[in-house]
Amino acid sequence: MIEAVRSAITEEMERDDHVIVLGEDVGKKGGVFGATDGLYARFGEARVLDTPLAESGIVGVAIGAALNGLIPIAEIQFADFIHPAFDQIVSEAARTRYRSNGDWSVPIVIRTPFGGGVHGGLYHSQSIEAFYAHVPGLKVVVPSMPADAKGLLKSAIRDPDPVLFLEHKKVYRLVAEEIPDGDHLVPIGPAVVRRAGTNISCFAWGLMTHYCMEAAEQVAGEGISVEVVDLRTLAPLDRDSILESVRKTGKAIVVYEDNLTGGFGAEVSAVISEHAFDDLDGPVIRVAAPDIPAMPFNSPQEDFFMPNPEKIAKAMRKLAAY
Amino acid sequence: MIELLGIDGKVRGSSPMSLDKVVDALRLMLLSRAVDDRLIKLQRMGRVGVYGPVHGQEAAVIGSAMALDPQRDWIVPASREHPAMLRHGLPLKNMFATYMGNFDAAAVPDGVRLLPRQQSIGAQLPHAVGLAWALKLRRAGGVVAVYFGEGASSEGDFHEASNLAGVMRVPLVMLLINNHYAISTPVHRQTAAAELAARAEGYGFPGFVVDGNDLLAVYATTVDAVNRAIAGDGPTLIECRTYRMGFHNTSDNPKEYRDTAEVDEAEQRDPIERVRRFAIREGVWSADQEAAALNEIRSAIDTAQRQVEELPRPGAAAIFEHVYETLPPRLQQQRAEALDDARPS
Repeated sequence: MIEAVRSAITEEMERDDHVIVLGEDVGKKGGVFGATDGLYARFGEARVLDTPLAESGIVGVAIGAALNGLIPIAEIQFADFIHPAFDQIVSEAARTRYRSNGDWSVPIVIRTPFGGGVHGGLYHSQSIEAFYAHVPGLKVVVPSMPADAKGLLKSAIRDPDPVLFLEHKKVYRLVAEEIPDGDHLVPIGPAVVRRAGTNISCFAWGLMTHYCMEAAEQVAGEGISVEVVDLRTLAPLDRDSILESVRKTGKAIVVYEDNLTGGFGAEVSAVISEHAFDDLDGPVIRVAAPDIPAMPFNSPQEDFFMPNPEKIAKAMRKLAAY
Repeated sequence: MIELLGIDGKVRGSSPMSLDKVVDALRLMLLSRAVDDRLIKLQRMGRVGVYGPVHGQEAAVIGSAMALDPQRDWIVPASREHPAMLRHGLPLKNMFATYMGNFDAAAVPDGVRLLPRQQSIGAQLPHAVGLAWALKLRRAGGVVAVYFGEGASSEGDFHEASNLAGVMRVPLVMLLINNHYAISTPVHRQTAAAELAARAEGYGFPGFVVDGNDLLAVYATTVDAVNRAIAGDGPTLIECRTYRMGFHNTSDNPKEYRDTAEVDEAEQRDPIERVRRFAIREGVWSADQEAAALNEIRSAIDTAQRQVEELPRPGAAAIFEHVYETLPPRLQQQRAEALDDARPS
């Protein structure tokens, strides 16, 4: 998926010379994961800016550059370190259009690697989507597949509103996929059914989509047919696709890697309970991480923290029994 | 501290500002104070939300703005710089519309190089750096002038923005309006440093302290900073030492935390009186001219207020506009539901 990200940025920088990249170590080094590898040599330091260590400053400068006609792609090196920029993202980027009554817009993309299962420990494993998906004016996109990563990132760069683009670190090198040739665009918003099924709907994003697919495969032999829906965009949420799937299956599981309480899956669950109550044959189940502050980097504890295909399959069996 | 114009209206050396410009500045200062009076009155009548007057800071705000070219330079304001915004091209009517809650009429007109007012303290500083960076990358010429208070200098965004501005060597003029109070917090509780301008050295660019109640000193220092920026020599920090003679805003009562003796003393350094004395001394201003100017100002303010009052009130459901460029289906549904809820049952 990392190649898909790099190719999306490269193509957009070639297409439009207003597109610029800024962040820590994005220049000569090409980013700690290589997402911007080669861009500095190709486009020069005017368009690929290595910044000081200052997350609020990076996002704030991106906002200012956007207000003057540029299309900045800001990289926050790890999502765990995005919090100093919370104010700039939440109160500035997301709300400038509204605050200025439509006079100004902030067409920036903030890319950041997130998620666990990579032995990253407290500061290199967090899932942060719930904080931001709550904020009107911001779009939050989480691809789980390389082709989507490319198509969604290109759409994000062309989007007139600010987009937080979350790339799961474990997915960077997890799956290979043929990416369609040409100007491959995937619209921000619509969810996609990754696996069709009839007994249970399973909703996920990022790495958890892959784990749900594995779990669905595990229980398929037991006669449980699971539909896996990859939400892809958390804000604005594709409520219609969620409800359509649940109305068909009558059962729903939401899987997320973030802490259980107040995680984004709680919103998905609430949408289902509120609008598909009559179609439900069982409780809406959440599979998520426990409410503890961090996933340790050592194997037994990190594995114990993370949702995995086995835990998800267990939840599927439990729900199927209703 | 850079000082050029004395309390007696005498200028040290020759005036850096042409006499025509001095008269323009004086008119703007008088307008600013009249706008303060009117908006406070309207607030007391319940027709304006909350208002923070410029009172006392006119020389700092106007002297710096007069050094900018509205066709070329940008202003990134905090929240107490409306005379600078007016001088840069914001119509008086739009300013009144802002405070009277009519946001359609409050828009900054196309082509006016002005960001909206900022109330989140210091959050505009990195935007100004980004704006200046874009000017540099696009070789558009011009500079960005960003306003902020001494309170904002305690915020993390001040440090991040100043550091970035220095590293990126952007065409930026940082106007620190030190009015000595952040609501009730005096500047000595804001910093242990003797002067805030000295921080610039730590970021690798020059900083100056200027008498912020001295129109000519603020102007001359800002002109130099603009020239430096245009020449590619990067940012400048200018600390304008002034004094907030009024309240923080219409919800604040300064008697709770500062001596009236201090305010009385500040009155002696009134920024407008100094310019008035200078202009009279130079033979370009008189009591008659001032009376005529005040009449014009009153009439302009009456017109702006009336124009806003005559506008239709915005529709309630318009709150759903401008969240995104295109309203997503979920918000379309919410709007429909909210409209339905608002109907009498």
